Amino acid sequence: MDFLNAVVALANFVLIPATAYGAQLALGALGVTLIYGILRFSNFAHGDTMAFGTMATILVTWALQAAGISLGPLPTALLALPAGIAITALLLLGTDRAVYRFYREQKAKPVILVIVSMGVMFILNGLVRFIIGPDDHRFADGARFLIDARTFREMTGLAEGLAIRTSQAITIVTAVVVVALLFWFLNRTRTGKSMRAFSDNEDLALLSGINPERVVAITWIIVAALATTAGVLYGLDKSFKAFTYFQLLLPIFAAAIVGGLGNPLGAIAGGFLIAYSEVTITYAWKKVLTYLLPDGMAPEGLVQLLSTEYKFAVSFVILVIVLLFRPTGIFRGKSV
Amino acid sequence: MKPRDMALFALVALLILGTGYLQSWNAALNILNMGLISAIMALGVNMQWGYAGLFNVGVMGFVALGGLGAVLVAMPPVGESWSAGGLRVLFALGIGVGVIVGAIQLWRRMARGALRGLAMVVWLVAGFFVFRAVFDPAVAAIEAVNPAATGYLGGLGLPVLFGWPVGALLAAGAAWVIGKTALGLRSDYLAIATLGIAEIVIAVLKNEEWLTRGVKNVIGIPRPVPYEVDLQADPGFVERAAGFGLDPVTASTLYVKLLYAGLFAIVLIALIWLSQMALRSPWGRMMRAIRDNEVAAEAMGKDVKARHLQIFILGSAVCGLAGAMMITLDSQLTPASYQPLRFTFLVWVMVIVGGSGNNFGAVLGGFLIWFLWVQVEPFGAFLMEVLTSGMAADSALRAHLLDSVAHMRLLTMGVILLLVLRFSPRGLIPER
Repeated sequence: MDFLNAVVALANFVLIPATAYGAQLALGALGVTLIYGILRFSNFAHGDTMAFGTMATILVTWALQAAGISLGPLPTALLALPAGIAITALLLLGTDRAVYRFYREQKAKPVILVIVSMGVMFILNGLVRFIIGPDDHRFADGARFLIDARTFREMTGLAEGLAIRTSQAITIVTAVVVVALLFWFLNRTRTGKSMRAFSDNEDLALLSGINPERVVAITWIIVAALATTAGVLYGLDKSFKAFTYFQLLLPIFAAAIVGGLGNPLGAIAGGFLIAYSEVTITYAWKKVLTYLLPDGMAPEGLVQLLSTEYKFAVSFVILVIVLLFRPTGIFRGKSV
Repeated sequence: MKPRDMALFALVALLILGTGYLQSWNAALNILNMGLISAIMALGVNMQWGYAGLFNVGVMGFVALGGLGAVLVAMPPVGESWSAGGLRVLFALGIGVGVIVGAIQLWRRMARGALRGLAMVVWLVAGFFVFRAVFDPAVAAIEAVNPAATGYLGGLGLPVLFGWPVGALLAAGAAWVIGKTALGLRSDYLAIATLGIAEIVIAVLKNEEWLTRGVKNVIGIPRPVPYEVDLQADPGFVERAAGFGLDPVTASTLYVKLLYAGLFAIVLIALIWLSQMALRSPWGRMMRAIRDNEVAAEAMGKDVKARHLQIFILGSAVCGLAGAMMITLDSQLTPASYQPLRFTFLVWVMVIVGGSGNNFGAVLGGFLIWFLWVQVEPFGAFLMEVLTSGMAADSALRAHLLDSVAHMRLLTMGVILLLVLRFSPRGLIPER
């Protein structure tokens, strides 16, 4: 029995990756939940918005790398991120102008907007594949590890190593900063308050002189920032592939719904809940259990509850359980 | 149908005939066959969305289950695998179902409180480990039997046509489970739930090698029509082909495709007839009344939830049928080829463009969108060739543009969907 090594192995293979993944999902879910709160529809194009933002950032990163600019140990993509966000914001404002505004003025039913967002999804998906292709791209540069496994072992003398990748550390730090900024904006600034007012009661907000078009435009800009950041962090952590981002739609929506659609705090909680469950259920526990159990009782198999391919099933099952027992999510969401 | 609708169908027929004259008759028949299957999928989605307003974005899952049905019926059984672990796998699955049923009973019978929650968790966790303890060795045994050629249980070895209703039943069963849990919830939740179940179905098909051979694919599924090589070896056929002025190879491929087209057309016509009858019957009017005003329909004593469940199962079964037919046409099951954009969202484009709520609209959309899906790529390549002809031959941008033409179809589908939604929101043949 070796408690310390078990804790280190657990942190290395479960806690750190799941926290990074949870932060990425939370940022994605925040975007979904904001659109739902302000524009009142589920945006199926969100995964592809993330892909587009990441693609824009990658292109700028390549340009910076070609110009010989880098951030030293940090990935160049962080420097390119504001540009990526700006490009994505322009794209989203453009689609709102060309597509969504028409239905908003008509007061179309939310489900029509969902179908419209399916059309936007096709276009963004095609656009991303057209520009950067359907292949895998790795664009992380700079130092790979904050602490690598070998240094940790030498430092502590433990048998297990603990590695923290730069991308994971950056993900967590960036997510904290972005979420803090978002909540400060929503709760403290005039514009943020007007957004919340609009989300709570549209008619009352209009009566008190809030300009709906301005609220919508700001929402799209914030969504562009959230989606691009989430996408770039995910891409730095794993890799960029258009189809993977499309598939992220499911865990992101699960996170937003589990937390309560329209509730930003819920989106964050949902993101971490989904991420931790996915990673713990698809992780092979053999190593940790071998340390924890007395000698001779170590498990023979991998003790993996489900193979990694079934990770979608995990988000799905959590979603269904929450919906059955608490249909508006853990934190009360809204329903239209 | 009005004259305008007839004209639209004539246009689609012209497009397919044009493909025959300009490209090849094999290409035209390929489009026709998949168009027929697409039309059936569109009919299924139209039942759910057009009649009842149910938002199902898990079409891919039901289509794939239909394909699984065809495999399970048509492939010859692998006796060695069955004796290695077939019964054990069935026993394990029985345990799995028993655990779930037991959990539901436990939940219903026990009094509310922490004890019930605890009992549930203990029961489920224990059940899961018992299930895995029986299931895993059986699966390992099956997959060890000649993995290069079989490594799975095989099917029943019956004619593949029996697989079509079985595929529909499998899809209907899945729809029942989803409908029971998700239909009472809001439309967005149903959408996400179906999206999830479709991904899970594909994950199962990809990973449960004992059932489907996973990514090793099931190939050579027996066909309901003769094989080309047999036809070419048949002197009578060669003679008749020569009578049409065709060489035996072309003639045999065309003949086989025409037979498929005939089979599919029979199914499609039967389905159109049935759904037209259903839509015009009191049942159809009730469905549309529920769609348009659930509260009023409920006040009139209609059981909205049961009706929704019914139509959800029916529509999914039709999608499953189409999936089984597609597997029959391809003679193979390739789980990795199921992509949501192609099998879920494209079918939605078909229904919306064709006209939701109108069976003929959905069928027209199926043919038209499938034609465009196939033809946008060569047309886009031609267009791009012309557009970039001014650039230098070794220009990197030109090479990139020409390479990327393949992705034009997604873009085109999105543009078509948005244009139709904007300027003709009720589709080409609107509901009447």
